[in-house]
Amino acid sequence: MKVKMLSRNPDNYVRETKLDLQRVPRNYDPTLHPFEVPREYVRALNATKLERVFAKPFLASLDGHRDGVNCLAKHPKSLATVLSGACDGEVRIWNLTKRKCIRTIQAHEGFVRGICTRFCGTSFFTVGDDKTVKQWKMDGPSCGEEEEPLHTILGKTVYTGIDHHWKEGIFATCGQQVDIWDEQRTNPICSMTWGFDSISSVKFNPIETFLLGSCASDRNIVLYDMRQATPLKKVILDMRTNTIGWNPMEAFIFTAANEDYNLYTFDMRALDTPVMVHMDHVSAVLDVDYSPTGKEFVSASFDKSIRIFPVDKSRSREVYHTKRMQHVICVKWTSDSKYIMCGSDEMNIRLWKANASEKLGVLTSREKAATDYNQKLKEKFQHHPHIKRISRHRHLPKSIYSQIQEQRIMKEARRRKELNRIKHSKPGSVRIVSEKKKHIVAVVK
Amino acid sequence: MSGSRAAESLLALSQQEELEDLPKDDSLSSSEDEGDSDGERKHQKLLEAISSLDGKNRQKLAERSEASLKVSEFNVSSEGSGEKLVLSDLLKPIKTSSSVAAVKKQLTRVKSKKTVELPLHREEIERARTPLEQEIFNLLHKNKQPVTDPLLTPVEKASLKAMSLEEAKMRRAELQRARALQSYYEARARREKKIKSKKYHKVLKKGKAKQALKDFEKLRKVNPAAALEELEKLEKARMMERMSLKHQNSGKWAKSKAIMARYDLEARQAMQEQLARNKELTQKIQRASESEEEEEGAGEEGEPLVPDVVNEVQAKVNGPNPWMFRNQSSDATEPEIQEDPDEGAEPAGHEASESEDEEGPVAEEDILLKEFEERRSLRQKSGLSGPVGSPETKDSSSQEVLSELRALAQKLNKENHRSGRQEVSAARTGTILEVQRDEPAEEQEEPLLLQRPERAQTLDELEKLGREGCLQNKELPRAAVEGQRLKTNPNNHLGAIPKEKKRKEQMIDLQNLLTTKSPSVKSLAVPTTVEELEDEEERDQRQMIKEAFAGDDVIRDFLKEKREAVEASKPKDVDLTLPGWGEWGGVGLKPSAKKRRRFLIKTPEGPPRKDKNLPNVILSEQRNIHAAAHQVRVLPYPFTHHQQFERTIQTPIGSTWNTQRAFQKLTAPKVVTKPGHIIKPITAEDVGYRSSSRSDLSVVQRNPKRLSIRHKKQLKQNSVD
Repeated sequence: MKVKMLSRNPDNYVRETKLDLQRVPRNYDPTLHPFEVPREYVRALNATKLERVFAKPFLASLDGHRDGVNCLAKHPKSLATVLSGACDGEVRIWNLTKRKCIRTIQAHEGFVRGICTRFCGTSFFTVGDDKTVKQWKMDGPSCGEEEEPLHTILGKTVYTGIDHHWKEGIFATCGQQVDIWDEQRTNPICSMTWGFDSISSVKFNPIETFLLGSCASDRNIVLYDMRQATPLKKVILDMRTNTIGWNPMEAFIFTAANEDYNLYTFDMRALDTPVMVHMDHVSAVLDVDYSPTGKEFVSASFDKSIRIFPVDKSRSREVYHTKRMQHVICVKWTSDSKYIMCGSDEMNIRLWKANASEKLGVLTSREKAATDYNQKLKEKFQHHPHIKRISRHRHLPKSIYSQIQEQRIMKEARRRKELNRIKHSKPGSVRIVSEKKKHIVAVVK
Repeated sequence: MSGSRAAESLLALSQQEELEDLPKDDSLSSSEDEGDSDGERKHQKLLEAISSLDGKNRQKLAERSEASLKVSEFNVSSEGSGEKLVLSDLLKPIKTSSSVAAVKKQLTRVKSKKTVELPLHREEIERARTPLEQEIFNLLHKNKQPVTDPLLTPVEKASLKAMSLEEAKMRRAELQRARALQSYYEARARREKKIKSKKYHKVLKKGKAKQALKDFEKLRKVNPAAALEELEKLEKARMMERMSLKHQNSGKWAKSKAIMARYDLEARQAMQEQLARNKELTQKIQRASESEEEEEGAGEEGEPLVPDVVNEVQAKVNGPNPWMFRNQSSDATEPEIQEDPDEGAEPAGHEASESEDEEGPVAEEDILLKEFEERRSLRQKSGLSGPVGSPETKDSSSQEVLSELRALAQKLNKENHRSGRQEVSAARTGTILEVQRDEPAEEQEEPLLLQRPERAQTLDELEKLGREGCLQNKELPRAAVEGQRLKTNPNNHLGAIPKEKKRKEQMIDLQNLLTTKSPSVKSLAVPTTVEELEDEEERDQRQMIKEAFAGDDVIRDFLKEKREAVEASKPKDVDLTLPGWGEWGGVGLKPSAKKRRRFLIKTPEGPPRKDKNLPNVILSEQRNIHAAAHQVRVLPYPFTHHQQFERTIQTPIGSTWNTQRAFQKLTAPKVVTKPGHIIKPITAEDVGYRSSSRSDLSVVQRNPKRLSIRHKKQLKQNSVD
């Protein structure tokens, strides 16, 4: 007699070690799992809703300054350290984990116009209204020692900005002209001018470290090569550019924060047309900083809000504001790309999450998988109206909201007028200028 | 009795004629001198002369040209009564006999000697020749005195006919009362009808039915003739039930209940109740006939339970027209009415009956309607027959029957009017529902055939088998047979029309069928009943099931629903016609066909429906608004074709549908950053170039895109350290 028995290969279900995961047999037959799209849609919808539910970006407010915060600087080696300069000449060093000021320096008389750290993180430079450039040690003075700068350089004119080279002991200041300094010397290596107006900001390219860009109050952005004695080229815009920010992942991309409420992302090889015009602010944009991933940047505006823009989108993906936050003067994206700091008029430095609904702290692998999955679902169904509507919803203060409405009307009126002009004039006589090109006056080499 | 009736009718006729005569007389007398009338007379004379050319026609002249002639009461013209007898006329019959030849000869001789003068025409006689005669004539005419020798002067007759003032007043008062009563009852009925409470009506109906039964029982004991009349009424109610099929499951309520019955116990019960009621209503006559039968049986035994009068009436009932026996019975009651003081009612009633007799061939429903119409019109017209109607109006139950009958008549009328249309619609829709509706019609067919004494025989047959079951057996098998017939009948559309026609014919030929005792009907009925009894149980059950799930045809409902959906989804033509443009406009004026044709935009036929070849599926091709809120309206930016987008959406990324590895790959974010790690700016070394920044830049400028991709990769590496 033959006896039939079930026989299984133990390899299929027996773990080799105790630490191995249990094998869970699973049938992926699609008929057993119907309604893929609707189910995923619901999941996406839920994820979107949860995202909005958990969107609480504001983390902390660092107060201690006795005047408006004028400039911010990141520590190149420590994530927890932030430096800030105020309008009363005071520089403070903050510890973000403790959310406390760890050191206060009365650096200048008058405004601290600019602050930057050395690439090694051992010292930092400040410029102020008192026509001096000062270098400070990052570590505080030891007991009984007086708080004094390492070096002080007395200049002839007021310096309005400073930036340090990313790899070498060279820094650049701006004022009447762009000066490039060696740390060891009291005179600039070279000074470059193009035009006569004062230059408001200068920034080194983080990748192509010899390149630097500056923006002047005569509405132009000038690019320099440190190895040449003359500037490379400049682009003239409609209005003044307050500052520029280089993309840390793409060497030739920079974004200019303009007075005309817009931000312009340029490819430095083709300055005649910006890559993207970022519009959402309703007042002058004062500062811009790139995320270290190079995917997004944050902008601070006079309209009391900061916005996060994807590099390739003309509209912001996020807007942060609080009731007490006044005109935001400076903004920085931390080096781990997780947080945003902004210094504003009302003497506070605020810490925000770069991703509003992100869970802080260590995630388990399952949590991570879930968030990844949710993120993917949101991305997949982002065009569906319900999801779109929910994910796009933001609360705005009334002032900003009404200003947005107003500007929309103005813009519409302008557009209509243009259309009418085209309609009622000889065909071809009126040139249609695209939004990107509209704001560029000229490119000079 | 019939003889006396004939006499009465004749009398009435003669009186009528007299009444007609009177005004004629007047007009003649007044227009005697006129030339027109003179001319007419001449013309008449000429005609007479022509007609008299052949002597035979002379006697046929029946027209009376003179009003003042003595009129016989038998409507026979007395033309020539004043003339002398002509000899030759008398001689005509004896032409053949030879024995009188001598006498004949003598006579001819006499004739040849002297011509006999033709008698003067009557008018000639009457014509006043001398002034004296004229005067006398005038006088006579003024006083309406008969010129020849009449019995009564018209004035005398009029005075005889006129009634006294009191009498007239009384009659008027009576009439008023009757009218008031009628209006009162009508108003009351209307008010009662207006009451919306269903329960009230139900209770009322039940109460009435009970009361009617009680009354009937009482009447049966007291006055069997009246009881029979009541019986008739009951029968009528049954007929009505059969015609209206009020309690069949064809009504709106019943249909809704039938749908509900599947799920709702109460609804099912209600339906059963209704069916039971239907059965009860349709069976009522059987009980009656049964009783009749019993009576008959008793009669055979020689012990009459009911007086002979009943049988008499029944015999009458068997008479030519079943619809007419009501009239006959009313005739029977008429002597009582005749006893009333007014003699005027008499001729009026007869007139009515006569007119009804004339209308024998007309369809029954019309008769029904006319009967009441005439009654009412008579009441209004003569104003004398008020009392005729009043006993009926006093009886509330009869009033109800009356109103019901009126309603029925109206319905019938409407049905007749609509039948053509119905046929068309039946042919067009051809639904099974129509067939279902026809089912009761067929059912109706048989009881009408079996209604009369023939059934007694079948019942006799049934009696042998068992009395108790017969009632049910008669009802159920018939329905079962019908069910079978329905099954055998394919549900084609054409089936509906002949049935409809058949029913119509039935209505007309009913009397023929009933009047002629058809043995064929008998022979038909007997075997079926026998047959039916054999597998009665089976059918019983089937019938039960059928009743329980009556009107619960899911498949047909679905088919109908689908048809409707298809119709609704068809694109409709757009009519852009503006009335009043280029032509006259206004209320009731329609734009011309030409214009309509011109401005009618025919929408092209859409693509074939997706469910065209799926008989048991309805695929709605309409946009679902609720779903649309969740659907993407415009193709999003990076996609160039909707299929691309659809494919991305349709590919599931969850771990439910993908293996773990695939899931991880699919859900991996583009940029991964480690918390707490500084992300440094990208460097040329990261991308794999030498540190010479100069060359780097050149490479970048040559191929920026490639670098950007590498940058992305680099980013991840960066994030790691």
